[in-house]
Amino acid sequence: MAAITLKNIVKKYGDGFPAVNDVSIDIADGEFVILVGPSGCGKSTLLRMIVGLEDITSGDLMIDGERVNEKAPKDRNLAMVFQNYALYPHLTVFENIAFPLRLGKGKGNEEEIKRLVQEAAKTLELTDHLDRKPANLSGGQRQRVAMGRAIVRKADAFLFDEPLSNLDAKLRGQMRSEISQMQRRLGTTSVYVTHDQTEAMTLGDRVAVLKKGELQQIASPRELYEQPVNLFVAGFIGSPSMNFLPATIDGNVIRTSLGDIEIPEEKAAKAHGRDVVLVGVRPEFFEDASLVEDHKLGHGSKFTAELTHTEWLGNEQYGYIHFDPAPEVRELLNNLARDMDADELRPQVVVTLDASSRIRGGRAAELWLDTRKLHLFDAETGENLTRDAEEGARLTEEANAERADEMEAARNETRTAS
Amino acid sequence: MRKSTGREKMWWAIITVFVLVYALFPVASIFATSFKAPSDLTSGEFLPNGWTTENYEQILVGSAQDLFLSSLWNSIGISLIATAIAVVLATLCAYAIARLDFPGKKLVLTTALAVSIFPVISIVTPLFNVWRTIGLYDTWLGLIIPYLSLTLPISIWTLTAFFKQIPWELEQAAQVDGATTWQAFRKAIVPLAAPGVFTTAIIAFFIAWNDFVYGISLTSTEAARPVPAALAFFTGASQFQAPTGAISAAAIIVTIPIVLLVLLFQRQIVSGLTQGAVKG
Repeated sequence: MAAITLKNIVKKYGDGFPAVNDVSIDIADGEFVILVGPSGCGKSTLLRMIVGLEDITSGDLMIDGERVNEKAPKDRNLAMVFQNYALYPHLTVFENIAFPLRLGKGKGNEEEIKRLVQEAAKTLELTDHLDRKPANLSGGQRQRVAMGRAIVRKADAFLFDEPLSNLDAKLRGQMRSEISQMQRRLGTTSVYVTHDQTEAMTLGDRVAVLKKGELQQIASPRELYEQPVNLFVAGFIGSPSMNFLPATIDGNVIRTSLGDIEIPEEKAAKAHGRDVVLVGVRPEFFEDASLVEDHKLGHGSKFTAELTHTEWLGNEQYGYIHFDPAPEVRELLNNLARDMDADELRPQVVVTLDASSRIRGGRAAELWLDTRKLHLFDAETGENLTRDAEEGARLTEEANAERADEMEAARNETRTAS
Repeated sequence: MRKSTGREKMWWAIITVFVLVYALFPVASIFATSFKAPSDLTSGEFLPNGWTTENYEQILVGSAQDLFLSSLWNSIGISLIATAIAVVLATLCAYAIARLDFPGKKLVLTTALAVSIFPVISIVTPLFNVWRTIGLYDTWLGLIIPYLSLTLPISIWTLTAFFKQIPWELEQAAQVDGATTWQAFRKAIVPLAAPGVFTTAIIAFFIAWNDFVYGISLTSTEAARPVPAALAFFTGASQFQAPTGAISAAAIIVTIPIVLLVLLFQRQIVSGLTQGAVKG
């Protein structure tokens, strides 16, 4: 068990390029923190600095209040699960899991090792495979062996480096929940690197979003989703991602290429004095106007638009609206897409409609937009003008309380079971 | 992989038999000849009329004993030493090439390749003169050095290819697991590198063992003459008798260690040679 503190961590490579730039994160004991971002954002480098495989150029890394910058990996007592598992191919599953126990001064006796490995194997359902070599295991089993090696030695913290990216989608979902449950049961501080935002949102107590080596925002998944600090976080979190519409402000009305939309006064006030803003609207803020209940209608505003096509998915459907942005806005959107590791951002708006909606492509349709939830972003800096920091803090506080609850419950369960 | 059809299997079988016959017929012929009596040599028949171990007696305990056994000792000694040096140097070199980034990496590899394609026969004459002048002619060292020029390049290339596909991440994993740098190398990397080093050693040994040109040109007495060269110096019982039987017997004897090595370590050799192609 340990708290990990990163203080102004910088990593510069030989050419002076900062792969990680001034990142400060406080990871509480027992917390599950996710590092997420597009490739090349420095998330893996950061993880490798925590575990000691990369040198820290400047800044302090503390584990339980003790500075460990200069400590060798073996003295940090952290366990890491690598992306391609890093199993020792010449050893059996048993020996792979026992490997950490056979090193160093604190070598246990053979019986103790056997007991610990059996225990770990039981938790991970590997008991039947202990005599096999890693080459004969399936991807999911290899993954579990890698985790076995981590849990067998009572490490202070677990570090995961994209542990699920080599698995197929179905297995990934299953392993995701296994990791999550295991973490809650053991209550071990965990840092998890991923580029998959589903993993980030489902596993993390808090998620740190990185871009080009800089920390953008660290908050609970809900805070990131509902109160992002800037354009990048807003666009990166959520799938399908948030729509960004260029708009000019005129009183309480924003003039967009979808038409004029009336927004709440307090939101409009925050964008006061700016000519052009970007309006961030998540697809699910839209709805088929004819399906919105009367009491909700007042919270938003209606507009008419023509959908190019719709996709019906069973539980909901996606509609697509094309719009023609001004060249400078198009440039901005493309930059944003590049930052997010995506292809060119298409100038289109994705709307989520109820599955029963009869709106189809090619015809004008009346849509309703929940204006309470939309955000306004500064078109140049990307800063979120309408972020409610207090609400965000409340959401993260809520998540913390939930985590404490869950851990308590998991511990009680283990106690009853044993 | 798709199942091959009966027709394809038949073709493969035919090709395999053809290659086997083509490759093994000379060996079988030498084997049969080595058991022939001198009078039987020109009979024109494949199998000896009466099996005799006369030829083997001649080279192991008989008149040709001195010539053969001393050359056998030379061959074993020189080949083993050349192999050992080549493998140690090549391991260090390949490790550096596979793991470190330094200028001139390409140059080392290209030089090694250039050396290995350089025709042996063209350097043997100058080498002869140099060796004679500096006193290396007809010594073990005088053969070990040119043998290194044959074994080092191929060892460097095989080991580099092998080391490049070792998952070096394992070293880091071991370090995170609590190993010291040395422990990580010994427990995670050495077991994986060993088969490659081993395969290389066997290949290098074969090359040194089979050499003829250096062996015959740079030696003159039993002090350093290796077996392939010594075979040419066998004589028959009288000057009118060809030493074919004795040569065949000696050829069979020197083939035995090679065959044994291959049979014993064929799994390692095959896995070593195909490592680069098939990822585990």
